[in-house]
Amino acid sequence: MRMPRRRMQATRSRMAGRINWFYYAAPQTFYSLAGKSTPVFYALAAILGAIGLYIGFFVAPTDAQQGEGYRIIFIHVPTAWMSMFLYVVMAFWAAIGLAFNTRLSSMMAQAIAPTGAWMTFLALWTGALWGKPMWGTWWVWDARLTSELILLFLYLGFMALQAAIDEPRRADRAGALLAIVGVVNVPIIYFSVQWWNTLHQGASVSITRSPTMATTMLWGMLVMALAFWMYCIGATLTRVRAIILERERHADWVRDLKGSPQ
Amino acid sequence: MQPPLLEKEGNLLLPFRAPRTAQMNASAPIAAFACVVRRDLLLAMRRRSDVATTLFFFVIVVSLFPLGVGPEMNLLRTMAPGVVWVAALLASMLALNRLFSGDYADGTLEQLVLAPHPLGLLVGAKVAAHWLVTGLPLVLLAPLLGLAFDLNAKSLGILMLSLLLGTPTLGLIGAIGAALTLGLRGAGVLLSLLVLPLYIPVLIFGAGAVEAVAAGLGAGAHLSVLGALLVLAVFFAPWAAALALRISLE
Amino acid sequence: MLLANGLECVRGERRLFRDVGFELDPGALLHVQGRNGSGKTSLLRMICGLLAPAAGDIQWNGTDIRTLAESYRGELFYLGHQNAIKDDLTATENLLVSETLAEAPVTRASARDSLDRLGLKGYEDLPTRVLSQGQKRRVALARLLFRERSRLWVLDEPFVALDPHAVREVAGIIADQLGGGGIVIYTTHQDVDLAAHQRIELRLGK
Repeated sequence: MRMPRRRMQATRSRMAGRINWFYYAAPQTFYSLAGKSTPVFYALAAILGAIGLYIGFFVAPTDAQQGEGYRIIFIHVPTAWMSMFLYVVMAFWAAIGLAFNTRLSSMMAQAIAPTGAWMTFLALWTGALWGKPMWGTWWVWDARLTSELILLFLYLGFMALQAAIDEPRRADRAGALLAIVGVVNVPIIYFSVQWWNTLHQGASVSITRSPTMATTMLWGMLVMALAFWMYCIGATLTRVRAIILERERHADWVRDLKGSPQ
Repeated sequence: MQPPLLEKEGNLLLPFRAPRTAQMNASAPIAAFACVVRRDLLLAMRRRSDVATTLFFFVIVVSLFPLGVGPEMNLLRTMAPGVVWVAALLASMLALNRLFSGDYADGTLEQLVLAPHPLGLLVGAKVAAHWLVTGLPLVLLAPLLGLAFDLNAKSLGILMLSLLLGTPTLGLIGAIGAALTLGLRGAGVLLSLLVLPLYIPVLIFGAGAVEAVAAGLGAGAHLSVLGALLVLAVFFAPWAAALALRISLE
Repeated sequence: MLLANGLECVRGERRLFRDVGFELDPGALLHVQGRNGSGKTSLLRMICGLLAPAAGDIQWNGTDIRTLAESYRGELFYLGHQNAIKDDLTATENLLVSETLAEAPVTRASARDSLDRLGLKGYEDLPTRVLSQGQKRRVALARLLFRERSRLWVLDEPFVALDPHAVREVAGIIADQLGGGGIVIYTTHQDVDLAAHQRIELRLGK
């Protein structure tokens, strides 16, 4: 299960000739690296977001069927993508932390969860805003919306479990196991919700499928997706820095930080 | 308190004991499995009120629905599968708290972890015993409640069958959650937050099977998926729950 | 036989101990000492493999105990802080269950004999919830009589709540095990005289 310390050191020396990944895996070095790169990600997010919104609001044509209301998809679709993708990334880091007992990966998983939940919430909210003018109701039990709601529950469960455990090691490992179980279940849940939806032919309107998508719409969506990527990376790194400080607050290097500004 | 009775029940523990002949005893895992199942059944027999509470909860939740939505039989008939299934889901979740917490509190859980057997096997035994006292009664009681919702005989049969296939899966998935939340404050509410989203596929296919029959379609596909979910759960859940127990016991 | 290297224990924020090591041969007795909260129970749980050390490793016959897993657990007897007996089962039933799980040779008769030897004659068929603290501890300790084959005994406060007579009885059982080449690791706050040909005192904390 766990990588014995000795083998870890052997791997470390073997890799010394190439890029030394373990150097960056130490919380201390990662802390300063993340500190330097966070502003870059935020800046990119702002720039890409401005471009994407400009395309979305001014360049992309009005949809023949849905009018102006469709423009919410420039937020809705990227957040929905991120919400699903982040869960997988979170489970990946959590699993690495569980298997190799690397503290930083567990901290990454913990840092990703709130951003993922936030993206899920945004996707649901914008979905509801989009649904009101289109279907005349805030909520329909559409397969995608329902799966997204369940995904939000999974995020909240992960965060609640970690919050309830005081011992960091147990919180990391218990959360990791839950995330892995969740990631195995997500396809099953998605498949069953799809099945359920096709059986109950009430609300079978699909939310993201528009008949033909203009090229500019597609571009706008892609740029917005990139902007959300940058935002999520930036937010995660900011949070991971806070977690590192909290967990290592008794370490010498954190005490030394108090004297210096950064 | 009643020595003669205890003596008689206690004999349950004896017959399946395997003799220790060599280091590698092929029947040892089976004996250990049977030992844990028997122990938990015996404990449940001495605490019958706990079992009754779960059943009572199941019945009362189901009977609340007509009071909430009105006594119109057509409406109730369409709702019945969903109502019975949701109630079964909640009842089995309510019982999950007891799965490991007693053993955790008195230290027997540590001894189970230290027993020279795969922990997943012993967890499987605990889930099996737990299902026999909390899941099986739900299966047997469900047709009675279905009658109150005017389900026909065929639907009732499928309802039982779907519960028979579905409730063990609920117990197996729930065991992971119960192991993860062991000894935490507010474990009960937390457990429901962790476990209920994972129950959704079982709910969909369980209730769906009965609805399909009521709509004149076959329930075969639904029941097959329920069976597949059960097989998956039997193979993976005890292992995951065992890992969760080790994490929680550290 | 049992070798521990550079063990470190961190619970929550606090480091309880670091760089703890020892080597125990057959017949050795290790007495773990220290104040409350110094990590005695944590060390014993580490030796059992219940708790992963923050650093260091534990080897049994030259192999890490995490690798050995079940075969190591087959050699091990752990008496925890808690008695690990079910309140709703009788003393005899408790023994039957725990020893069957441990693959120890147990019958209803031998279970009753062992309970008698620990002074529980007449209490064998009562649910253990009606027993006193000391009597419950004796039920837990009766398991020792089935574990001669376990070559490593880890006993957390075995003498707690026992009267002097029972303490002598248990000390005798431990002495027999040591004489038969078993390794015993224990903690106690009581003054109990245990003799062994290799006796190590380990003090945790300052």
